[in-house]
Amino acid sequence: MDWSVIWKYRELLAHGMVVSAMLVGAGMIGGMIVGALLALARLSRFRTLAFVVGGYVTVIRSVPLILVLFWFYFMLPLITGQPLGAITSALTTFVLFEAAFYCEIFRAGILAVPQGQSLAAAATGLGNWQTLRLVVLPQAVAAMVPLLLNQAIILFQDTSLVYVVALRDFLTAANVVVGLNERPIEVYTFVAVVYLAICYGVSLLVGRSKKAALR
Amino acid sequence: MNYTWDWSVLTQSPYLGWLLSGAGQTLAASAGSWILAMAVGFLIGALRSLPYRWTSAAASVYVEVFRNIPPLVQLFLWFFVFPEIVPASLGDWIKGQMPMPELTTTIVAIGLFAGSRVAEQVRAGVDTVRVRLLPAALATGLTPLQAYRLVLFPIALRRIVAPLTSELLITIKMSSIGLTIGLMELTAQSRQIENYTFHGFESYACATAVYLSIGLIATGFMHIVNRRLTGSLAGNR
Repeated sequence: MDWSVIWKYRELLAHGMVVSAMLVGAGMIGGMIVGALLALARLSRFRTLAFVVGGYVTVIRSVPLILVLFWFYFMLPLITGQPLGAITSALTTFVLFEAAFYCEIFRAGILAVPQGQSLAAAATGLGNWQTLRLVVLPQAVAAMVPLLLNQAIILFQDTSLVYVVALRDFLTAANVVVGLNERPIEVYTFVAVVYLAICYGVSLLVGRSKKAALR
Repeated sequence: MNYTWDWSVLTQSPYLGWLLSGAGQTLAASAGSWILAMAVGFLIGALRSLPYRWTSAAASVYVEVFRNIPPLVQLFLWFFVFPEIVPASLGDWIKGQMPMPELTTTIVAIGLFAGSRVAEQVRAGVDTVRVRLLPAALATGLTPLQAYRLVLFPIALRRIVAPLTSELLITIKMSSIGLTIGLMELTAQSRQIENYTFHGFESYACATAVYLSIGLIATGFMHIVNRRLTGSLAGNR
């Protein structure tokens, strides 16, 4: 056993973690913005739009993230007409992939608020937008928080899959270290412990927010 | 956009064969992982719901460890680390003689990961019926093991078919991570066809369609399971 290899390559590993964090950040922020738009489209009165968005969400949720990574890695340079790096295609993938999952979380959250609430709000004279903003959303958000935290854990775990497009996230950086040093036991164990600590920490928050949501 | 469409690559030799064998590997990895996940999930889920502190603590540790480490990291641990830390004779057997090493390792890694998620569903299902039914089952003279097997599991299973369906779909999609250790499943084959022919649209579209179909079939299968399990109870839940 020689754990010094981890300290020796701390910068490489730390840089990998920064890339992983960037992917999580983009996936969460970009994914929630696009996901909210998709959810509004799916709940809208425009049938065709709702149908097309529904199809997109279903397809994205049915295929492995690795396949979606390959899709965009291949397709984006063709669409934009210029070579793009792995980071650009990975960030795009995470935003558009996560959007489908956030869309369903938002939609389920909004639909979970009893319809009587909207009717009552309308009866008090609130408009559509006011009903959504002041009555439906505050209740929907409370129910969504545990699901959103859970999705954040899955998203963080999923960032390790960018290994397949050779983007140096935390796991891929560790892989590079193994390649340089032939120390798979120490390096992969370290990586596993780091992921475990972070994901377990967030999952404790999920437990708390679930209790809070039930109150 | 400058791209020449040619859907016929999908039916040409050897690409059609690659896709078919890829779909076969995906199905084999998914089925193997799912069987392992169900076995582990029911065992751990049952242990977690037992009133003994030690079994439930051990089962909790299993669940937290296996669901909080990314599956790809777990796959690397099984493939690169596990053969190195076990006794040399076993390690050499794994590295040299184990049949279908990529498929076997993928099944073990995904099965144990999915097992931790199934265990949570099983525990939730058992918890909803345990308080009332376990004492009743024991009072009729069943042993605890019989009470779980004959009373709690059958009823709990009926309540968790829907979450288990989504776990099954996650497991099928997860089988694609096997490509990182050289398993030539569906995603890997479609990628290989793209590399050989540059017809990425066609090959990825085909893989997407196959995943959609497998997902639909799996959902339909679980629907039938649900009907068979619930039977006449379906109406009054």
